[in-house]
Amino acid sequence: MPQIHDRGGRPDAGPVDRTEHERAMWEKRTDALLVLLQGKRLMRTDELRRAIEGLGPGDYERLGYYERWITAIEQVMVEKGILTREEIDARVKALEAEKRC
Amino acid sequence: MLTREGATKAPRFKAGDRVRVRVALPAGHCRTPAYIRGKSGTVEALHGVFRNPESLAYGGDGLPKQPLYLVRFAQREVWGGYGGAPQDQLLVDLYEHWLEPT
Repeated sequence: MPQIHDRGGRPDAGPVDRTEHERAMWEKRTDALLVLLQGKRLMRTDELRRAIEGLGPGDYERLGYYERWITAIEQVMVEKGILTREEIDARVKALEAEKRC
Repeated sequence: MLTREGATKAPRFKAGDRVRVRVALPAGHCRTPAYIRGKSGTVEALHGVFRNPESLAYGGDGLPKQPLYLVRFAQREVWGGYGGAPQDQLLVDLYEHWLEPT
């Protein structure tokens, strides 16, 4: 049984959704964040893919495209000791308090 | 083939060679889709040699570099009961360590 992300040829996958939509600012920022992390040699595309593939079937299906990205980026930053989960949570709380996110 | 990051052995296959994709179920990250494992095709081209994503995905250096090939498969041979045109082809990028000669 292939992993959840390995979808080629799955008969239950349904048709591909080809509709386009404008990217939200947080999605653009998430994309830019990975570019910056790559530029600083803190993270590779292969690490992003591996972390996304490791989300597990529940989160993989539930999360949107860039939600998977930001979840994976957070995980790799924590793995590498660049950020702690507490630091990320505290920053999100502070931003919520400022109503900026 | 000598690369800046160190010696890499010469590519094992060339355009026109018949190859079979290894059947394996690695626990970790790989770039070989499950549906193509065990299928036979023909090497179309050598893309070049690249760091191994199966190592890079875990913070490794990806060395030694692996040759990456473009491999052509007949759709009829990939999918059981394929309903499309008989001449339909499928092109897949595959790293050398996933290929064996047939």
